[in-house]
Amino acid sequence: MSETLILTKRWGKPDSAALRTYRADGGYAALDKALGMEPAAVVDEVKKSNLRGRGGAGFATGLKWTFLPKDVRPRYLTVNADESEPGTFKDRYIIEHDPHMLIEGIAITCYALDIHAAYVYIRGEFAKQARILEAAVEEARAAGILGSRLLGKKDFDLEIVVHRGAGAYICGEESALLESLEGKKGYPRLKPPFPAIVGLWGKPTIINNVETIANVPWIVANGGDAFAALGVGKSGGTRLFGVSGHVNRPGVFEKPVAYNLKKLIMEDCGGVVGGRKIKAVIPGGSSSPVLRGDEIDISLEFDAVKAAGSMSGSGGVIVFDDSTCMVRALARISKFYAEESCGQCTPCREGTSWMEGIVEKIEHGHATAEDVAKLEQVAGNIGGQTICALGDAASMPVQSFVKKFRDEFLRHVEERRCPYGDHGWGLDQSSRPAVVGGVRY
Amino acid sequence: MLPALRLGQEVFGYLSPAVQRLAADRLGTSPARAEEVATFYVMFHTAPIGRHLVEVCTNVSCCLTGGDRLFEYLKHKLGVANGGTSSDGRFTLREVECLGACGTAPAMLVDEEMHERLDPKKVEEILGRLE
Ligand SMILES: Cc1cc2nc3c(=O)[nH]c(=O)nc-3n(C[C@H](O)[C@H](O)[C@H](O)COP(=O)(O)O)c2cc1C
Ligand code: SF4
Ligand code: FES
Repeated sequence: MSETLILTKRWGKPDSAALRTYRADGGYAALDKALGMEPAAVVDEVKKSNLRGRGGAGFATGLKWTFLPKDVRPRYLTVNADESEPGTFKDRYIIEHDPHMLIEGIAITCYALDIHAAYVYIRGEFAKQARILEAAVEEARAAGILGSRLLGKKDFDLEIVVHRGAGAYICGEESALLESLEGKKGYPRLKPPFPAIVGLWGKPTIINNVETIANVPWIVANGGDAFAALGVGKSGGTRLFGVSGHVNRPGVFEKPVAYNLKKLIMEDCGGVVGGRKIKAVIPGGSSSPVLRGDEIDISLEFDAVKAAGSMSGSGGVIVFDDSTCMVRALARISKFYAEESCGQCTPCREGTSWMEGIVEKIEHGHATAEDVAKLEQVAGNIGGQTICALGDAASMPVQSFVKKFRDEFLRHVEERRCPYGDHGWGLDQSSRPAVVGGVRY
Repeated sequence: MLPALRLGQEVFGYLSPAVQRLAADRLGTSPARAEEVATFYVMFHTAPIGRHLVEVCTNVSCCLTGGDRLFEYLKHKLGVANGGTSSDGRFTLREVECLGACGTAPAMLVDEEMHERLDPKKVEEILGRLE
């Protein structure tokens, strides 16, 4: 059976980002088809497709769209291109290789939801990607695809604005993203009300990830059922899995949503460097609980990874070989959350820096067994006590690392030093050529 | 506000209180709002920096492929600590969080341009091209 490629089909083709390349490959035909449908029928196809959000939470996209209140206008669409979760590196390639696929997805979504202004919030560090996307939006506008008549056919105003962030992980959180778009510091808002009810400038707003929206043209062109058939149960389609760390061929791989994690690492990524064993895998970005090397023979589908005690999250898979120090890895992850906590809630602000401090202390051999217990206690007191999910995101790695690699934490305590010494990040730390949707980097 | 501050930084090099006030005036808002935003985001600088800004990712995927060693190497080479500027004013070095380049790690930004799959030799070449 040949694999269906939805998102990476054109990656690496000459001038893949150009409008003429996209059109020559059937681009914007899905928008044309959608314009011949009732908006509600487009939403129905997305519901039928079982498309689930690719930004982290895996929420059903069609269902989210129905939360918009019926008679409030204007409404907005914001596309989340913040891509800042450590281990995640996929949305940038959609924008680099195929920006018109995203623009077509935005246009169809806006038509389906009667939205006339869409904002793409792109992290500030993606300067090149922002330039590519802006150029593509300009090209689409000049070609009469956007503007006052969609595809030059239907009276429907649509403006797409590319908005650059300025460096803050928290702005990937949807309500912080809205604050940032409004020109403020990225402080998450209390929910409810949810953005679909009270969002950008107080108006109903749908927020979706880049990859989520990029699937919409294919769904309209081929039907929701065909998309659903690529997956299992309540998850349809293919997904971009980004694999990094100690593998022979890191990169971005488009696979059916329920692809096997072990197969992805051992076959698609050519196994682990130096033929060493897998010690641990983070399956869905740094916030997702870590799995031991013997726990990875699982489907990557959202509910399956949840059943295995973790999260498929953003699809960012990080692989650690058996020469890595798990305490050092956790110390770095904890430092990240301490740096990026916005500081609004006491349990998150204080808890993340406490956790960072204790893990550092363990790593440097200055801790006692009580410190390890204290660490677990602090982590247990953050979850569920905060305005946004960063608190949980910070405590889940801590809880899972200690639970699954307790021996290693205790060895640091007993030996009063890091048993790995200078090579805590692994014996072979060299970079390897990456494969991104079939393109070599 | 973000675009205004970005422009201010491009023109004046960094966001001094005067530049923050200018941005606030143009947008018809208070200097306090501008300051709040300028200090919240890591890409805004409220103090002068060197002629080139070198930002090395030391998050997990980069460290697994040598990012940590690269950062240590650069600190040594430039004779600075994290956030420091070399004595000739040429480079400011700092450690940053994940840049979304984990598959092509280790990664760094130099003056907002991304460089990936780095090793010390490649870093030498990149920095050597800059005045
Ligand atoms: C701390 C934090 C950071 C997040 N960062 C991102 C991000 O960089 N990109 C993203 O698409 N979603 C991110 N999310 C998830 C968003 O809040 C939101 O759920 C998502 O963009 C919705 O899109 P989807 O339903 O299409 O996945 C983050 C969430 C949290 C709590
Ligand atoms: S949980 Fe943390 S990041 Fe989220 S709002 Fe509270 S302090 Fe800010
Ligand atoms: S960890 Fe360095 S780019 Fe992601």
